[in-house]
Amino acid sequence: MTQFLYPILGGVLIGLSAAGMLWSNGKVLGVSGIVGGALRAKSWDLFWRIAFILGMIVGALLIQPSGFSVMSESVDRSLVGVAVGGLLVGFGTTISNGCTSGHGICGISRLSPRSIVATSCFIATGILAVTFINIFFGGKL
Amino acid sequence: MKAVHFCIGPFFGGIIFSFGLGVGGMTEAKNIIGFLNFLGDWKPDLIFVMVGALLVNSILYKLIIKRGKPLFEGQFSLPTIKNLDLRLIIGSLMFGLGWGITGLCPGPGIVTLISGSSHSIVFVATMAVGMLIGRSDFGQKLFLKK
Repeated sequence: MTQFLYPILGGVLIGLSAAGMLWSNGKVLGVSGIVGGALRAKSWDLFWRIAFILGMIVGALLIQPSGFSVMSESVDRSLVGVAVGGLLVGFGTTISNGCTSGHGICGISRLSPRSIVATSCFIATGILAVTFINIFFGGKL
Repeated sequence: MKAVHFCIGPFFGGIIFSFGLGVGGMTEAKNIIGFLNFLGDWKPDLIFVMVGALLVNSILYKLIIKRGKPLFEGQFSLPTIKNLDLRLIIGSLMFGLGWGITGLCPGPGIVTLISGSSHSIVFVATMAVGMLIGRSDFGQKLFLKK
């Protein structure tokens, strides 16, 4: 039971933060959109994006002192593999307008058909990629 | 003072969001790969994170929308696109492949930068390049139906 307690608690915090962004600024908490937008944003639109990213970094600094881990174990992926994956994540989330937070959490909360389709698609190919790497590359890439 | 109003929600939102990722175990690429290893040694943590987030957010979403407008801005900025087009489908299929390869998505990618791991640094750098290509003229016209 306790093994699911922290994931649920983590999820509750994520849900609260997304609701907070909507309540205060009327924005969708979508990390790909906030960061992607910050790369090309102008003037006023840049401020809240930078504030969010700074907040993320402050929050990140609190994780380990609170007893939770951040990348404590490495995964069997080469940096070339990670680079290809990073490009796919950046490009894919941009043309589909969202990632796990924007589509997976905020979009599904609104019962948006686009987000339900997107989330089904990225979970499907995520499972496909991991299964393929496990079967054909012995779990290493 | 307008800038403070604009930034205070996103700043605290960012803190709670990334702390929540850490509490939920989403700052470990191995947990995300473990969740996507559905046909193997499956780690269900991510589904519990999603359930917790969706329960809270879907209820609060309805209450907040009823207020008519947000605290510090004139209106809600919710997505207006409705159609299920090729860009949505191909883009999310591509995102999933990258997610499975790296064990990271944009949020955990940025949060795990503080670990100094080369995995996270390469991920965030190439993700930013991917985002810029997606926002270039090439990316904005790709898979658009005439």
